[in-house]
Amino acid sequence: MRIPVAALIGLFFTTLFFLAAVFAPLIAPYGMAEIVGDVWEPPSDQFLLGTDSIGRDLLSRMIYGGQTTIFIATAATALSFITGSVLGFFAAVSGGWVDQLISRFVDLIMSIPSLIFALVVLSVMPTTITILIVLMGLLDSTRVYRLARAVAVDITVMDYVEAARLRGEKIGWIIFRETLPNALSPLVAEMGLRFIFAVLFVSTLSFLGLGVQPPQADWGGIVKENKEGINYGIAAALYPAYAIAVLCISINLVADWVLNRTTSLKGGRG
Amino acid sequence: MHPILTLVAQRLALGVLLLFAASILIFAGTSILPGDVAQQILGQAATPEALENMRRELGLNEPPLTRYLSWLGGILQGDLGTALTNGLDIAESLGARLSNTLFLAFWAAVISVPLAIFLGLLAVRYKDRWPDKLISGVTLTTISIPEFMIGYVLVYWVSIQFGWFSSVAIINDSMTIWQKLNAIAIPVMVLTLVVLAHMMRMTRAAILNVMQSAYIETAELKGMPMLKIIRKHAFPNAIAPIVNVVMINLAYLVVGVVVVEVVFAYPGMGQYLVDHVAKRDIPVVQACGLIFAAVYIGLNLVADIVSILANPRLRHPK
Repeated sequence: MRIPVAALIGLFFTTLFFLAAVFAPLIAPYGMAEIVGDVWEPPSDQFLLGTDSIGRDLLSRMIYGGQTTIFIATAATALSFITGSVLGFFAAVSGGWVDQLISRFVDLIMSIPSLIFALVVLSVMPTTITILIVLMGLLDSTRVYRLARAVAVDITVMDYVEAARLRGEKIGWIIFRETLPNALSPLVAEMGLRFIFAVLFVSTLSFLGLGVQPPQADWGGIVKENKEGINYGIAAALYPAYAIAVLCISINLVADWVLNRTTSLKGGRG
Repeated sequence: MHPILTLVAQRLALGVLLLFAASILIFAGTSILPGDVAQQILGQAATPEALENMRRELGLNEPPLTRYLSWLGGILQGDLGTALTNGLDIAESLGARLSNTLFLAFWAAVISVPLAIFLGLLAVRYKDRWPDKLISGVTLTTISIPEFMIGYVLVYWVSIQFGWFSSVAIINDSMTIWQKLNAIAIPVMVLTLVVLAHMMRMTRAAILNVMQSAYIETAELKGMPMLKIIRKHAFPNAIAPIVNVVMINLAYLVVGVVVVEVVFAYPGMGQYLVDHVAKRDIPVVQACGLIFAAVYIGLNLVADIVSILANPRLRHPK
């Protein structure tokens, strides 16, 4: 199997980011919330990216921030996939009013923009990491649901599903043993896109002050903490932007490759 | 009645129903969640008297259905309630902010829509050659960065390093239109970049989809030049999907505005909403949420209706 160069680059950076997230305490030169220098020191041998708005090492903040952001996004993506695909398969296999009920409810949730819905809910909920994950995971599961249902509807008319039904298999068997294996590849490609969306979403919430709370570091929060520096020509707030861009583009490249290799679902992914 | 009119009327009724359901969802989202809302607002240290006052002010002692109906009734009469934090009438505070937000979104749309369609056509014309790859690369990058970060990257490079335009976008009524446009130049650029990327990619996909049809192949085989094929065969058939794409992205724009307004301290609805989420001012959040949902549902509805009008095949559901 030949892997194209673009996908290799994507795989390399994706792996790099995830390894950095897992081993953050070993890599980071200083503690996450440790004040080690002056305010906004320029990059030097001691502080490779300089220091932040209250004198913490920016490189360490970025590494720990990546850990938080990637962890939340991964957990939210996992939750949205489990909820979305199980419900989607269930709706497709059941058909009839069950399908109608779930699909119309999903339509309703998708008729309100995710960000606005999240803001509405966060106005009464405490902003803990668990709540962020559950909220983002459930909001995003609507999109997974649509894809899973669309894919599964095509599968459930296949002969082998009909055969399983005639054998008298239970709905769980039909979902997990007949539908899931055949629906896996488009779902895996979609997973990359959902993960990117989760990274952007949690960063946006943190930037608005409604996501991860300080002193915990995360990429959106680092922008918020250092945004005043921009006006003095200090680039501290831009590093998270570069990091997110590299991570998301890499995952996009990998997802594109998976999608091109495994399915005929191309284009129009927005 | 004409069958198309019936279909459009059905869609409109569906839109109203959806909006109604959305209002229930927004209200439920702030009301039926676990935990005491009054406690959340006032914090753990609140005295029982203060909690009781807050509950009375929010009407929490009444059943949720009564509260929902009185809230909805007020909105239907144009009364959005009063803000908890400053006691001002919400409808009054919202008026000017809503028009500011629309002003920003309008200019972003005016620039991004023609540009996106042009770039989409260009990418199809030079498919898999360098202009296509360049456009795809740049749009992939802007999709992969959150709006607010694009905002700061542009402020840093355009406003601070080159000294063009202002880094905050504060406008008021005494400014002339040119001063206003100068103030919102960078936020408009940010929104344009974000929406342009999505819109251009979807336009490209929509046209490519049409380009794979048999009649295009026929046109190619009879030796028609590429540009003429796009103009005479591909574009008319791609108009419906493109209008759809544009509407979906305008809906997206309305949401993108929220974040961009916060970045540039722009006095619009988005900033108003975010401020009051942090202050846990529930009546304001409900009102703003509903308005955003209404605009979003409205634009999606227009997209639906335009596709029905433009594509006869959609008029006969299977």
